[in-house]
Amino acid sequence: MTDLPAQERIRLETRKLSVDYGNNRGVRDVSLEFKDRRVTALIGPSGCGKTTFLRALNRMHDLNRNARVTGSAHLDGADIYAPGVDPVLIRRRIGMVFQKPTPFPTMSIFDNVVAGLKLVGIRDRSRLDEVAERSLRQAALWDEVSDRLGSPAARLSGGQQQRLSIARALAVEPDVLLMDEPTSSLDPQSTKRIEDLLQVLKNDVTIIIVTHNMQQAARISDVTAFFLNGDVIEAGSTDLMFTNPQDSRTEEYVTGRFG
Amino acid sequence: MNLARRYIRDRIVLAGIVLASLVVLVPLLIVIWYVISQGVSALNVDFFTRDLGSPTRAQLGQPTGLAQAILGTVFIDVTALLLALPVGIGAGIMMAEYREHPLNGLVRTLNDTMNGMPAILKGMLIFAIVVKPSGTFSGFAGALALFVVMLPIIARATEGALTMVPWSIREAGLALGLPRWRVILATVIPVARPGLVTGALIAFARAAGEAAPLLLTSLGNNFLPRNPWNPLEYLTRAADTLPQRIYSLAVSPYRDWHAMGWAAGIVLIGLVIVVFFIGRLLTRRRE
Amino acid sequence: MFLGIVTLLGLSIVALAVALGIVLWRDAGEAISRFGLFRFLAGTSWNPVSGEFGAWPFLLGTLLTSVGALALSFFPALGLAILSAEYAPRWLAAIIDYIVDLLAAVPSVVIGLWGILVLAPHVRDHVYMPVWNWAAVNAPAQLGWLGNPTGYGLVTATVVLALMIVPYTTALARDAIRLVPSEQREAAWGLGATRWEVLRLAVLPYARGGISAGAVLSFGRALGETMAVAMLIGNSHRLPLTLFGPATTMPSVIVNEVREAVESLHLSSLMAVGFWLFLISLAVNLAAAWVQRRMLVGSAGA
Repeated sequence: MTDLPAQERIRLETRKLSVDYGNNRGVRDVSLEFKDRRVTALIGPSGCGKTTFLRALNRMHDLNRNARVTGSAHLDGADIYAPGVDPVLIRRRIGMVFQKPTPFPTMSIFDNVVAGLKLVGIRDRSRLDEVAERSLRQAALWDEVSDRLGSPAARLSGGQQQRLSIARALAVEPDVLLMDEPTSSLDPQSTKRIEDLLQVLKNDVTIIIVTHNMQQAARISDVTAFFLNGDVIEAGSTDLMFTNPQDSRTEEYVTGRFG
Repeated sequence: MNLARRYIRDRIVLAGIVLASLVVLVPLLIVIWYVISQGVSALNVDFFTRDLGSPTRAQLGQPTGLAQAILGTVFIDVTALLLALPVGIGAGIMMAEYREHPLNGLVRTLNDTMNGMPAILKGMLIFAIVVKPSGTFSGFAGALALFVVMLPIIARATEGALTMVPWSIREAGLALGLPRWRVILATVIPVARPGLVTGALIAFARAAGEAAPLLLTSLGNNFLPRNPWNPLEYLTRAADTLPQRIYSLAVSPYRDWHAMGWAAGIVLIGLVIVVFFIGRLLTRRRE
Repeated sequence: MFLGIVTLLGLSIVALAVALGIVLWRDAGEAISRFGLFRFLAGTSWNPVSGEFGAWPFLLGTLLTSVGALALSFFPALGLAILSAEYAPRWLAAIIDYIVDLLAAVPSVVIGLWGILVLAPHVRDHVYMPVWNWAAVNAPAQLGWLGNPTGYGLVTATVVLALMIVPYTTALARDAIRLVPSEQREAAWGLGATRWEVLRLAVLPYARGGISAGAVLSFGRALGETMAVAMLIGNSHRLPLTLFGPATTMPSVIVNEVREAVESLHLSSLMAVGFWLFLISLAVNLAAAWVQRRMLVGSAGA
């Protein structure tokens, strides 16, 4: 992975972002920058808050009555938590792929991919076809399904379903793609395919990926942030973090002494 | 961007859902309001202690009531429950605990079928095999009809309750060397008991509200028997029950009888609701 | 030994179910041999005096009221389910569920009582008569199919029936909606969907098995509903070809006439009506189970 060049555009930035669940702190005062065309990995042991932080980035905590978010998160300079900002709009610009592949099982592959587009009212068939093909290619799934776009999405394998979920998220052309342990429920071949496509995808979308697999983080990310007990212990170039971590806790985690 | 339009559609859908719900909930409350307000004035001591007699009695202002229907309901419904409980629980045990039995699937399917059969057909069955051959309508025939109504409900509730008992309980008993039937009776049933009680209550409440099967079997009776506290008096000849009596009063042309119909409605709803919700409460507490 | 006892008790259910079919068939024998099973169903006149018995008016009445009731009740029932399972906070959802269960618990005969003494006169005076009077002046040609506005007829019975079958759809739909996995909803939210769009995209399609089964179950209940319908439908033997006018259903003719049927052909014909009702209920019950299995969305797939 390359060193961070100077003067790169910051797409997403958090300033002292905290999430509380009732009396429990999920994450505390996290300030991170996510630069354009980079893959950032969020790593840490279970329960460290990396997923909680990720879900704050597209305002998924709005759905939880017990969660309270403080601080700010700026997408291209504008705070997504400012009063009056519509979370529905934010989620079109910041997409999400979940740990379990979640195609809509009653729909076909094609309908799944274009589901997000239809929400905005895009009905034109040729436009939908165009976007479907583009997204499926970006998700490295096109070759496998181009001849059966009308068949049920439920019939795909786990790895294919996850790539379908990625295609669906990409179809609406988000600026940032959040991924919550997207390969943890998949077999090694599927995992590799997705890791490979992320290397190409990062040129189109800023990617932030939560992973409990350190080797994966080392393989695919440019920047890594290490979370522990709700705090960010260290964040920076992936190469440096894995070869020469600054904090002793980081070193213990990446060398596998705990977690 | 048509986001505004999407939000408006969201609002419209929510309004539609709330409206649709009110369309259901409000009439129910209206019905209950009418029953209570129209019937409360006829709920007096006479109502509970005197029998109905002929229409002229009410028209002449003489004291009249529905004691025969209330007692008839109690005796007939309890008889039905006493018949249905052992059979229903036994069938439920068979369905839940002996899954490997070749007839298990058949019993379950037919139990579900019987649960879905209209109550009037159950009344017709008893009419055809008991009432017609014997030539008499009787409280016992009514009890049999309600037995057929209650049985599948109790069987299904029992099966459900037994299935919820964790396997570990059975394992523990079997590991002690107890034969299967002892394990079921001594360890599984006690744990499932609240569910069984609930099932019995729900079956009772359902059957207590049924009029159609009774109209074909116990028929109805305007008078209290000579000894009003003897169940056999009700079981051996045509007997009155609240649901069937409410029907007769409602379709009759006499205003005084209509008033008593409302009052009977209060008693019947009260009975059904109390029993039903005790059952609900038991389930709630178990969870 | 114990196994023997419980097996016997289990088989008693089988015996009852089988007996139901057999006894109805047997007692319907005279009518069936006289008219033929299917010709009986298609016969349009039911006349105890002349000895001519055909069940078509009752089948038509049953189908019209049941289909009408399902059509009227489906969206309100689904709305209640969605309200309880999706929108309402827990305390409100509990109240809604209680009221729906209350609706199911009210005996049919009590609703019929209210219908006869309150609803029917009310709709006669405030709905039917005004419409009829208006038509008598402005569109007399329509009076034929409007029918006799007594208040007791197809429309009144169908509306009340719709109210009564709501809980069955609501309960199954509500459970099915609650079972939709949260990942499905989150996937929809993540795409930038609004509240209703999440329902439309992720929840309702996933829950369609339970929702459909609820609808079929409600329909089955409607078919067999006896008391409230018998009290409100007017009970005429003629074909139900008018909107306001009286009609009859299969359960209602049975409950009205069995006690009075002196003549054996009459009684046998009523038993034949019962037998047909038995067959139809059986078919609908089996259809409900099949629908739920077919439309179930699970790991084994749609």
